[in-house]
Amino acid sequence: MAGPMKARARMRGNYTDIRVLMSHPMETGLRKSKGKVVPKHFIRNLTVKLNGKTVVEGEISQAVSRNPVFSFRVGGAKKGDKVEISWLDNKGDTNKTETAVA
Amino acid sequence: MDEARRVVLRGAGATGMLAAALAAGLLKPERAIAASWNKAAFDSKSTVDALQKMGAANPQNTGDIVIEAPEIAENGAVVPIEISSKVPGTTSIAVLVEKNPQPLAGQFQFMAGALPFVKVNVKMGGSSLVRVVAQAGGKYYTATKEIKVTLGGCGG
Repeated sequence: MAGPMKARARMRGNYTDIRVLMSHPMETGLRKSKGKVVPKHFIRNLTVKLNGKTVVEGEISQAVSRNPVFSFRVGGAKKGDKVEISWLDNKGDTNKTETAVA
Repeated sequence: MDEARRVVLRGAGATGMLAAALAAGLLKPERAIAASWNKAAFDSKSTVDALQKMGAANPQNTGDIVIEAPEIAENGAVVPIEISSKVPGTTSIAVLVEKNPQPLAGQFQFMAGALPFVKVNVKMGGSSLVRVVAQAGGKYYTATKEIKVTLGGCGG
């Protein structure tokens, strides 16, 4: 069910900019399709790791837009450092991706 | 705690059937997910209530939280909000859209060199104050920005 996920990490002077795109419907439970309420289906947890160490943990709700895009910034990263990002949704579905700092 | 989380994620990958069962409403999702998620705060229907459930009642106003967002958003389904906190020692940032049915949209914890910065797209049901709450040294600080929405992001 989980669609593709994209991430990019780039050095920007004194910090590294990490961007991630997650493919997810992020259903609010309020929308109707053909007269039926579409049940809530949204990412709840996300984790960003730099070289295996957690740097950002997020708890989010259905109020985050469909196919969520996030930017984060970390200090002290070098080119080639490994960035891993994963998410978990309210149905137990999960996905992850990794990239290297460029 | 982190290790337990990995196990949950790995387990979740191997349980496509479980996901199908969940989709069919056979199991309650709340029970299947062990990763921390502040359900009480996310389910709160008012900002005051959500802040209380986050343990952040009566945060102090500050000019040190920068919220960059459009004054007028044409499409409430995708409202980009960029937040950075200049409050020294900020460890977490929460975003609340005050007039949404459940105001709390997300909460982010920063550690091990992460800067107190996040950019996120949120849905807004209509024009509303967007409130950001930052935690620093056990205290809570807040700032708001009014965003006008010309087309709602919830429902049809």
